[in-house]
Amino acid sequence: MARRLTLSGNDAAAEAMRQIDPDVVTCFPITPQTELMHKFAEFVADGEVKAEMVLVESEHSAMSAAVGAASAGARVMTATAANGLALMWEIVYIAASNRLPIVMPVVNRALSGPINIHCDHSDTMGCRDTGWIQLYSENAQEVYDNVLQAIRIAENPDVLLPVMVTFDGFIISHTVEVLDALEDKDARGWIGDYKSTYSLLNTDEPATFGPLDLQDYYFEHKRQQIEGMNNATAVIKSVGEAYGKLSGRAYGMTENYKTDDADYVVIALGSTCGTAKVVVDEMRAEGKRVGLLKLRSFRPFPHAEIVAGLASAKAVAVLDRSVSFGAPGGPVHKEILAALNGTGHTTSIVNYLYGLGGRDISTTHIRTVFEELETVAGKSIPADEVRFIGLRG
Amino acid sequence: MPAPKQLAEREDLMSGGHRACAGCLPMTAMRQMLLTAGKDTVVGCATGCVEVVTTIYPYTAWKTPFIHNAFENSAATISGAEAAYVSLKKQGKIDKKINFVAMGGDGGTYDIGIQALSGAMERGHNMLYICYDNQAYMNTGIQRSGGTPKGTATSTTPAGKVIPGKTQFPKPLTEIMIAHDIPYVAQATPGYPKDFSDKVEKALAIDGPAFINVLTPCTRGWRYPPEQSMEYARLAVNTCFWPLFEVEYGVIKINRKPKNILPVSKWFEGQGRFRHLFKEENKGIIDEIQAEVDRKWTLLLKREEMTQA
Amino acid sequence: MREKSWREIPIGGMIEDAGNADTYETGSWRTYRPIWDAEKCIHCLACWIACPDSAIQLKDGKMVGIDYSHCKGCGICAFECPDKIAALEMKLETEVND
Ligand SMILES: Cc1ncc(C[n+]2csc(CCOP(=O)(O)OP(=O)(O)O)c2C)c(N)n1
Ligand code: SF4
Ligand code: SF4
Ligand code: SF4
Ligand SMILES: [Mg+2]
Repeated sequence: MARRLTLSGNDAAAEAMRQIDPDVVTCFPITPQTELMHKFAEFVADGEVKAEMVLVESEHSAMSAAVGAASAGARVMTATAANGLALMWEIVYIAASNRLPIVMPVVNRALSGPINIHCDHSDTMGCRDTGWIQLYSENAQEVYDNVLQAIRIAENPDVLLPVMVTFDGFIISHTVEVLDALEDKDARGWIGDYKSTYSLLNTDEPATFGPLDLQDYYFEHKRQQIEGMNNATAVIKSVGEAYGKLSGRAYGMTENYKTDDADYVVIALGSTCGTAKVVVDEMRAEGKRVGLLKLRSFRPFPHAEIVAGLASAKAVAVLDRSVSFGAPGGPVHKEILAALNGTGHTTSIVNYLYGLGGRDISTTHIRTVFEELETVAGKSIPADEVRFIGLRG
Repeated sequence: MPAPKQLAEREDLMSGGHRACAGCLPMTAMRQMLLTAGKDTVVGCATGCVEVVTTIYPYTAWKTPFIHNAFENSAATISGAEAAYVSLKKQGKIDKKINFVAMGGDGGTYDIGIQALSGAMERGHNMLYICYDNQAYMNTGIQRSGGTPKGTATSTTPAGKVIPGKTQFPKPLTEIMIAHDIPYVAQATPGYPKDFSDKVEKALAIDGPAFINVLTPCTRGWRYPPEQSMEYARLAVNTCFWPLFEVEYGVIKINRKPKNILPVSKWFEGQGRFRHLFKEENKGIIDEIQAEVDRKWTLLLKREEMTQA
Repeated sequence: MREKSWREIPIGGMIEDAGNADTYETGSWRTYRPIWDAEKCIHCLACWIACPDSAIQLKDGKMVGIDYSHCKGCGICAFECPDKIAALEMKLETEVND
């Protein structure tokens, strides 16, 4: 039985957190994440959850306390955005290295400077090599679903890595949508109990966490981490399938939307995928063979799904909502090129940079992109060619 | 109260085989703290000498649970572990009493970690924070910290031809912690083991946050012969440079009033880091430091009197 | 200790064997060696409470010897031993015969 709710993205994340009811939640406010934590604080104040909320004095301490709590065997969550994520970066890396299955919603917001509060992906893309799994969400429904799945993925013994569930600031966080949520008992059953292998509180079997790890072992520990991330691909898929059986909404590494026979494919992540689907449907109705490849998991990167999704494509547009300064193309673009490398593909791939600092992207923009793809098919595009959407010339 | 005799009946929870310099008094402080706190203690330490020398993978000298996270977040890390304990206890998943001890060097406490420390104390976690103050960033090669005494020669404040060592007085960290109005704040040193041990015991017994600033001479950074580590700790106390006192719910108690107060120069003598202060042209600096020590000591005596019930 | 493969060690840098630094010997760092005279010792434990290397050995609350596999020869113990007792003496390693 589903419960139909009308919630913003922030409230959807908070609703999932209420059902998860972590042992410890650490947090520090930053727009556009604030309402998420306000909502959760209400659950705490009203006694609807048992979670111990640690209202720290900075995001650096939010992640530090999360590491301390997770090392003590607790199920731990926090949430942040942009500058907050940047401030906690040092410990974000440590959380993954120490193999702590912390789950953190990140409400995507442009990094300063200049300071800006609106959506782009510079914050989470800046963290793409921290060793965290990253799941991007298209709408509030996916926020809710991804948060619930993230716990199962993170805590899987073959993975044991932290997970960021990201969603676009304001566009998703503050937009109210109708969504289906699980009944509490189904959600609790899905989440299950958590038992960590090690705990600081186990004084009878004392262990040392976070030692100085030099030339002789650091590399081995990184290799283990690579293995955990590699294992995550299968786990994300199996958790996504199992969640589908429970909720009726199955998830994979990507969503290949009408790509099977598509000549022209747009690749994107986040809320833009919703906009792109509208355009795909419109153009399909006009008889155009177009499709969308939505990246749900950016870390681990879904190589196999990309190759399959682009099998028929003559031209592909990769939409990046963050810059990789000095690199040929944005972070998503580079990964797509790497995924196709060695597969013998002849697809023309164009990189588009859009939406920085919350600049709007409309269906008209995406239609233009598809139309441009028709003109580039068969041409070889230099890897460092970047086109801009919505930028004044 | 735990004097060495009583402590001797307890288990030594720091193993040998750590890599501290011979004569490292921070390590003596660790042993004394652990003997007092006992095995049901979760210890966290910031990056610095103690963490580095005790946990070189795959070895650990800690026989209690131990966590190192980073340089500036020992207090936040342990506050998280304590919150996990509170949560699991509330849920009936754990019931034994566990002590929570966060630590950092002077760099990790006076400087980079002061924000996390201040936050954790303000939030009221039931934890003890111990600063082992060896008066410089020793692990990275003896650079000045906010806790380094005025006049000290360090790698970043060398005794030069124009500037004779550090020009500022140290940050009054203990006073800053007193101003947090937490239940217990103290100054101690392993040079007076019973006093230090009593303070650790008291701090752990109190419900709520506690802070102890522990002066721990460092043979390498202070440049004196290693066998004199305990002596240099005592001299700091007996010159009143480092008074032993405690503040319990705002009431100040001085734990040692030296009968024969020595001039600070007695503490400086024999330490390589202060050698240049004995040059004729720098004598004024010693006088200035002496005046500051006298002023603070007189004030402390008055404050003690003032806060008695 | 044999260096292990990444498949053989706990993940996340965990060290499960509390106090295993005990198996790491630092005795060779010594230039001077503390020599203990059991006859003179009054078991005041001033040496024990001050040793940074947990190298003063006790049994039933009394000093019984020195753990030379870890003692680094700093000399704190001999310095702390009461002057009137002087039950510890530092000798150059090169001058002691074992
Ligand atoms: C964020 C960060 N900045 C700098 C360092 C380098 N660092 C490691 S330990 C240390 C000094 C530690 O000094 P202190 O806290 O006084 O401890 P000590 O080594 O003196 O015992 C520094 C600067 C670091 N590890 N992390
Ligand atoms: S440098 Fe000082 S604090 Fe660091 S290990 Fe050596 S004696 Fe101890
Ligand atoms: S010489 Fe130093 S290390 Fe050796 S027993 Fe004495 S105090 Fe301990
Ligand atoms: S300090 Fe001297 S007298 Fe006291 S226990 Fe040690 S060896 Fe014996
Ligand atoms: Mg220091």
